[in-house]
Amino acid sequence: MSSLDIQRRSATTTEPPQARHSVEVAKLIDVSTCIGCKACQVACMEWNDLRDKVGHNIGVYDNPADLTDQSWTVMRYTETEQNGKLEWLIRKDGCMHCADPGCLKACPSPGAIIQYTNGIVDFQQEHCIGCGYCIQGCPFNIPRLSKKDNKAYKCTLCSDRVTVGQAPACVKTCPTGAIHFGTKEAMKDYAETRIVDLKSRGYEKAGLYDPQGVGGTHVMYVLQHADQPQLYSKLPDNPHISASVQLWKGWTKPLGLAGLGLIALGSFFHFVRRGRKVAEDEYAAREKSLATVQTSQSDQPPAERV
Amino acid sequence: MSQTMTRRQFFKVTAGGFAGAGLGALGLTPEALQAATRPFKLERTSEARNICPYCSVSCGVLMYSIGDKAKNVEASIIHIEGDPDNPVNRGTLCPKGAGLLEMIHSENRLKFPEVREAGSSEWKRISWDEAITRIATHMKADRDANFKTTNEAGVTVNHWPTVGFLASSAASNEAGYISHKVLRGLGVIGIDTQARI
Repeated sequence: MSSLDIQRRSATTTEPPQARHSVEVAKLIDVSTCIGCKACQVACMEWNDLRDKVGHNIGVYDNPADLTDQSWTVMRYTETEQNGKLEWLIRKDGCMHCADPGCLKACPSPGAIIQYTNGIVDFQQEHCIGCGYCIQGCPFNIPRLSKKDNKAYKCTLCSDRVTVGQAPACVKTCPTGAIHFGTKEAMKDYAETRIVDLKSRGYEKAGLYDPQGVGGTHVMYVLQHADQPQLYSKLPDNPHISASVQLWKGWTKPLGLAGLGLIALGSFFHFVRRGRKVAEDEYAAREKSLATVQTSQSDQPPAERV
Repeated sequence: MSQTMTRRQFFKVTAGGFAGAGLGALGLTPEALQAATRPFKLERTSEARNICPYCSVSCGVLMYSIGDKAKNVEASIIHIEGDPDNPVNRGTLCPKGAGLLEMIHSENRLKFPEVREAGSSEWKRISWDEAITRIATHMKADRDANFKTTNEAGVTVNHWPTVGFLASSAASNEAGYISHKVLRGLGVIGIDTQARI
């Protein structure tokens, strides 16, 4: 991918070129049509050459039980009672590809996290230093450190496929069409038709999950109960980058840099106005002071030089 | 040769380091704004169409193998995904289909005809010709012994009731039609498809 298609690069102050307009892409996950078959999990592993270890059944359908460096997407199953009826809510969890990515903001390693202009947030493992700040910075708790190489991994939205004009592997495989892919505009339009349909079937609060707290996301959900995202395996109501990351990277760092700049500028002016401070040679100064002492107390033997 | 650093030199080096780091932090030492996605791994692979062998839906799959079929290249399938042009699945695959690659490379996959002779506990590899001849011979012997031209009431039935046939789920309508024709022609009644297993 050309360097011109980068929107943001972690821990880098270089401004990206901005003249070109590129289309934002998005993945839309319609929770109401997902049957939880996990074809997306398999397709993801197959395409990305990942193989998670065979785990243990923890008593529910969630398998693997959590995201790992080998499982970039997992289905999370919730049973809930809504309007007097049992509902089985199945949410495909994974990176949301935020417009304002907390991982990228928290990352201290230049170039380890990249945001492309099409909205994809991609990790560049060769620059990853394994500090795990991205996990702390993520409002959705998505990245996972690999125990093999101590580098962070997560869904790439199949950036390698999208770059050549294909859909992500999970989208392509989805047998019920619960996952869609296209421009963000097209996905919002499609979501609207789904929401109208859900509302006509009694889901009054159906809606799109595109949280503005992180500037919107490039993975969006159609939820039957958009007023209660928490129902869907604790999907955050209003996700935002944590206060500590905001404070450190949003305020302290720029202030520190400004201070650093002022010091540099001040030093420069000091040098121009006052010149350099020439310190006397320490040894010579000492000799001189000793000589003074000797002349005043000439009857004493000369002091040993240290 | 041992070199000692004076206090003054130490300060100079430290200050220089800070200044360098500061310049970098202030964006005065621009870094190339570059990144690369993973290379698209199917670029010059060979693509072949096939049908998923698992169930009766018979989804179309695209199989990608390394190499361009050149004489000296040993092909090996590296990726399988749904065939968007197949009207059955239009590119989608279920979790079993999406994981076909693992089945292809499974050590337990049967790749050639094998026979376990009566009384033996060993499977022995045989050639396709041998296998087909054996099957045909068995079928002929069984049909000659058990074929029924009429039932108890004397009505002509031309049944061969002692043999069943299991057809492939990957068979298209046309292949299914031909299978049916051949088997009914022989008098086979018990016809089923692997798809129902």
